[in-house]
Amino acid sequence: MTKLMSVTRRTFLKTSVAGAAGAALAPNAFFSTAMAQAALTVGFIYVGPKDDYGYNQAHAEGAAALKSMAGVTVVEEENVPETVDVQKTMESMINLDGATLVFPTSFGYFDPHMLAMAEKYPDVQFRHCGGLWQEGKNPMNTGSYFGYIGQGQYLNGITAGYASKSKKIGFVAAKPIPQVVQNINSFLLGARSVDPTITCQVIFTGEWSLAVKEAEATNALIDQGADVITCHVDSPKVVVETAAGRGAFVCGYHANQSPLAPEKYLTGAEWAWGNVYTDFVTKAQAGEKLGNFVRGGLKDGFVKMSPLGPAVSAEARTKFEATQADMMKGGFSVFRNGLKDNKGAVVVTADLAEDAIELESMGYLVEGVIGSTS
Amino acid sequence: MTLEINSQSLVPPPVRAGDFRPAIEWAARRAEPLAIALFAVLVGLAIFSVFIAVLGKSPLQLFQLMYAGGFGSWFSIQNALSRAAPLLLTALCVALPARLGLTVIGAEGAVVLGGVAAAAIALPIFGLVPPLLLWIAMGIAAMVIGGIWIGLSGFLRHYRGVNETIASLLLAYIAIALMNQLIEGPLRDPASLNKPSTTPLSAEYMLGKIPGMDVHWGFAVGVVACIISYIVIEWTTSGFAARIAGGNMRAAQIQGLPVGRLIVGFTFLAGAFAGLAGMIEVAAVQGSANGSLAAGYGYTGILVAFLARHNPLAIIPVAILLGGIDASGGLIQRRMALPDATVLVLQGTLFIAVLFSETLYGRFKIFNPDLWKQPETSKGAA
Repeated sequence: MTKLMSVTRRTFLKTSVAGAAGAALAPNAFFSTAMAQAALTVGFIYVGPKDDYGYNQAHAEGAAALKSMAGVTVVEEENVPETVDVQKTMESMINLDGATLVFPTSFGYFDPHMLAMAEKYPDVQFRHCGGLWQEGKNPMNTGSYFGYIGQGQYLNGITAGYASKSKKIGFVAAKPIPQVVQNINSFLLGARSVDPTITCQVIFTGEWSLAVKEAEATNALIDQGADVITCHVDSPKVVVETAAGRGAFVCGYHANQSPLAPEKYLTGAEWAWGNVYTDFVTKAQAGEKLGNFVRGGLKDGFVKMSPLGPAVSAEARTKFEATQADMMKGGFSVFRNGLKDNKGAVVVTADLAEDAIELESMGYLVEGVIGSTS
Repeated sequence: MTLEINSQSLVPPPVRAGDFRPAIEWAARRAEPLAIALFAVLVGLAIFSVFIAVLGKSPLQLFQLMYAGGFGSWFSIQNALSRAAPLLLTALCVALPARLGLTVIGAEGAVVLGGVAAAAIALPIFGLVPPLLLWIAMGIAAMVIGGIWIGLSGFLRHYRGVNETIASLLLAYIAIALMNQLIEGPLRDPASLNKPSTTPLSAEYMLGKIPGMDVHWGFAVGVVACIISYIVIEWTTSGFAARIAGGNMRAAQIQGLPVGRLIVGFTFLAGAFAGLAGMIEVAAVQGSANGSLAAGYGYTGILVAFLARHNPLAIIPVAILLGGIDASGGLIQRRMALPDATVLVLQGTLFIAVLFSETLYGRFKIFNPDLWKQPETSKGAA
């Protein structure tokens, strides 16, 4: 390693020393722990409560999957804000618990917090949920992972399309950002694959977690005739309970919410982080290099669907299962050539597979979505 | 809470030959708030221990972890100081109006808008001026906007009779909505796709760390602000006038004190400090203004100010104590499998204990030299 460093140009070193050191040291560190059969300590940080029936619970369930692995110690901290607090939490896990692999799971933990810690602790591996990592720009001891959960929202849409009698479905959304917008569009397109006259009304609450507004939005959607509701907020609990309480069907998101509304729950788009985390940790224990840019969909086991609820018809089940089987082959296009936005402009000029990069900067709502991003 | 007017000096009176009495009396008076606060904290910890024991966990292990996580090592101390930094300034936003008898709880709004103002003023001049000038401009912008925001509550209170507690709280919600509007609209960096933010400052424009420590400059700024506030409140005529107005608003008006100007002035100053906390979040931690500015510092500041009994100097140790408790909260979660809310329960218990301890003031003879005279004399005097 010293030799490598001495022959490398100083300017190059300046920008990549952290990454190089991380890449070179990490396998060493893992090798020694594997030799000693000692614990690999893995840290998980959540922005909200671990039992929120949503985003954080999905990650906590993934972390729980590691607890049965030999030699793995999981340390977790919930309700950590995206401030200097999360930096100190990472440092505390590294310094006081000996964590060598850290998963800060909230989107806002990446820049500047995780990047600052990655520079300070080059022999610790950091993997962030959200897909922000860029080669050449971010250190090599960091990385990101994300899943194509829009596929799940498309499948949600299929069950919604069959269940809806009013031909109006509703979406409670947090913020008009690409990840959310893609889910809204996918949900409607799934429903329209059943009946092209279906429309989807969207209400943005403006915050990731704002129970009162989420309940208001759900009620407003139902008042306007929507009879199937889904959402993209951190904790879908309020939306699911409110909608089911009003007699509407619901499709879940992030985690399985069927216990909250067993009769009205059609299905849900869930994360399968247990697979992703198990893969990372197995590699780390074997001393292999961890991926820096990891993503996948249904096919790769990053995303899964909740079991279909009792209200799903046989017809809906057939179409759902056929589409899911298509998606499992890979390359299924939700966004097809000629697709228009809800202002009438053509926004898609080629069939886009789930991994198309254009999908990640989506700013439009497709034709049939009632609402506006601004 | 502390509405009494005292002119106790930080410096003991000079000791004349053979007469230690003034010095002893001075020490007794100064010891009262310390002893009562300490007692209240101990009672709070005792109640909390019962709570932990009921959950089937060891209070002893918990306190050991709290010490280890908050103060047990140089890393832990720096962790506590980093977390205390914003609390110093937001606590001042509560403590200063409190000396005038006002309960302002909307510091969060000033933090958020201060941060946005700092980021907004940085956008056009960023890169054109040296870092120091940029920080000064950001600081001024943040303080002015934060000051206006909290000053507005004071203004409404004095001139329109609107309750300042409710007004400041509601203004905080408006501030957060305004921030969201601005960072998702006109001030948004187009590159911030999934987390709307302003364009980030580059590394050389970031407020760095205090030399030799892993704590950003915000902590030093907060300590200086507390000392300045103490001087203003205790040693200046406007501070004296403010304390009189806080003791009895009507009496102050009859005395001809400019009560309206005092209220608006002190609420402005209070908001300016909270705004500065927002600027520091942008310049020292986040690098840009975004939704993470609304992290609850304004609300924790209320707790700090009340625990410090609105004494700006006492805010410093109290903020560090709460920073330490916060820092150890993670360790408690990780090692004892207790939920995050444990630390909130502790904070709440301490808060209630300190509020109840207010009734103890003046009850102990040892702290009140006026009661030291012979019983018969005091009876006679009474």
